[in-house]
Amino acid sequence: GIYLYGVLKRSVGEACTDLKREYDQCFNRWFAEKFLKGDRSGDPCSESFRTYQRCVHKAIKDKDIPIDGVEFMGPSKDKPET
Amino acid sequence: MVKYFCCADLLKGTWDQVCTAFWQRYPNPYSNHVLTEDIIFREVTPSNCLISRRLLTKTSRAPRWMERYLPKKMSSLAYIIEDSIVDPQKRTMTTLTWNITHARLMSVEEWCEYGINPENGSWTQIKREAWISSNVFGLSRAIQEFGLARFKTSVTKTMKGFDYVLAKMQGETPSRTLAATATERARETALAAKEKAKGLASHAQKKQYV
Repeated sequence: GIYLYGVLKRSVGEACTDLKREYDQCFNRWFAEKFLKGDRSGDPCSESFRTYQRCVHKAIKDKDIPIDGVEFMGPSKDKPET
Repeated sequence: MVKYFCCADLLKGTWDQVCTAFWQRYPNPYSNHVLTEDIIFREVTPSNCLISRRLLTKTSRAPRWMERYLPKKMSSLAYIIEDSIVDPQKRTMTTLTWNITHARLMSVEEWCEYGINPENGSWTQIKREAWISSNVFGLSRAIQEFGLARFKTSVTKTMKGFDYVLAKMQGETPSRTLAATATERARETALAAKEKAKGLASHAQKKQYV
């Protein structure tokens, strides 16, 4: 079965929420039915992802949300030893 | 000085279910403080891992005693980044979550690893570590204590939210018969009635002593 619960949350860019939902639905299906099962036959969500990303990154810029220069899995590298 | 916290949690769902639930856990009845949720980066690596960055907006109210030390116009919104790596070969999911705003006031960093529970292969275990720090002169210790207490509360909420989403997912699998669901419903109703009766009884008892 396919479970679509987390598709109702809003995007940080008000105008992007519909695009986000469309992408999330596509992703959730791909993730459960293909990715976890080791099926690597292409990504059906790349188009909706691109559209959604254009919208959300514009919103992030407009709102000055400081995401630039933050490395992936970043802060763990300078974690103090405890 | 940094406050360190570590704990282990268990989810009654397979690793596959938990990972699927991870992307679908908002909204749930315990996530009202999460206002927005976005994927802002995602890629499948050459080694077939899924790496994602999620941006969350949460409401974060400071306690009364702290408010007087904060800028008057400080936003009550906090932006959170959650990076994750899902490795379907090793069956592990690693996440790192931290706040990118108000970080001088208080920084909370959480690292989690989700893996198959060795004792029960249809359950998922979570190893969780957190680092809480504050750079407010003279108040860092108090703020860190507050941060740790709030972090613990939020872990409880996260786990409840996960349980909720997992139960919904499992409840909708076709293998589950209607009869089994009905039996469970009846049991839940009976349990609720029992709890209510208990509550009434203790209430009545208290009244007697007043």
